[in-house]
Amino acid sequence: MERSTPTASRPLAYGRGLRALSIATVIAVTLALALVFFYAPLEEEQGFLQKIFYVHVPLATIALCGFVLGGLLAIQYLRTRDARWDMRSYVVIHMSLIFALGTLVTGSIWAKGSWGHWWVWSEPTLVSFLIIFLLYATYQPLRFAIEDPERQARYASVFAITAGAFVPLNYLAVNETTAYLHPRVFSSTSNLPASMAFTLLVSLVAMALLFATLCKYELTAKHARAQVRALRRRLAGEAPSTGARSRSAAPALHHVGSAPAAGRSGA
Amino acid sequence: MAPAPLATLPALPLHTAGKYVAGAYIVLFALVLVYVSIMAIRMSRIERELGELLDVQAARERADEHTLDQREATPAYPVKGRP
Repeated sequence: MERSTPTASRPLAYGRGLRALSIATVIAVTLALALVFFYAPLEEEQGFLQKIFYVHVPLATIALCGFVLGGLLAIQYLRTRDARWDMRSYVVIHMSLIFALGTLVTGSIWAKGSWGHWWVWSEPTLVSFLIIFLLYATYQPLRFAIEDPERQARYASVFAITAGAFVPLNYLAVNETTAYLHPRVFSSTSNLPASMAFTLLVSLVAMALLFATLCKYELTAKHARAQVRALRRRLAGEAPSTGARSRSAAPALHHVGSAPAAGRSGA
Repeated sequence: MAPAPLATLPALPLHTAGKYVAGAYIVLFALVLVYVSIMAIRMSRIERELGELLDVQAARERADEHTLDQREATPAYPVKGRP
């Protein structure tokens, strides 16, 4: 029997570049925190409380971009039927949901400091973000409800595309609504003083790097687990795709080998 | 009651605003910490499973060696003087 080369048996190395990405993230987050607390000036109206802006806005931006990215990756899955695109879409949406939770909590803290209320139902930005969060909170139960991996991936992709299209539409709709002022420090980021704009930009980059690193960790862990399972089946003398799969919301990667070569790009 | 527009609210003094700012940054830190902890648990599970598989492989290799030794000790052709 011919022994397959390592690259052929392991089609995708999710862990590639993880170390460099992690180091870049640590440096960027440290720099962002230093800029927030030692460089950016105190805002005139809100004072020290405005420092929440540098964590809340990047969290929200990255979470919303992540939801849209999840939809784009789902389109790629439907085009190629390569399980790895479904896995990427799943991980990106999963991570965006965590970031969205962080946005809601930090926003709530900011609202309490600014307005004296933890939550204001008449504020369209808050409520619309909560709607998006709750919409994506149904993504995992939807996946879990479907046992067949192929159907699960297909239905989840359709959900991700539909919900991903809803996110920018919702953002535009809320921007048109100006019944109340969201605790925006400035009406638009173009009004920011240069020092604040630079700090916000670095915070955004740091948050994006953190998002990318956590996604890559998750993908690497899931891929490693799938490989261990495949190895277990091989040692047990089973066919690669016949192993019993317990019901899970996470995509199945055991049919990776049957995926088209076109999808074999880096994570 | 509808909240007052932000522009009319005075800036909070540092001792009051500090706890909110600290709270917001602690939330981010806690989220990352919880995530890293979950990842650590998953990694240790993978490591354990991999160890089990290595044990299975080692046991299989030992069994193969044992079978090979037995075959070498038992010649396939008849030896002179033996029935």
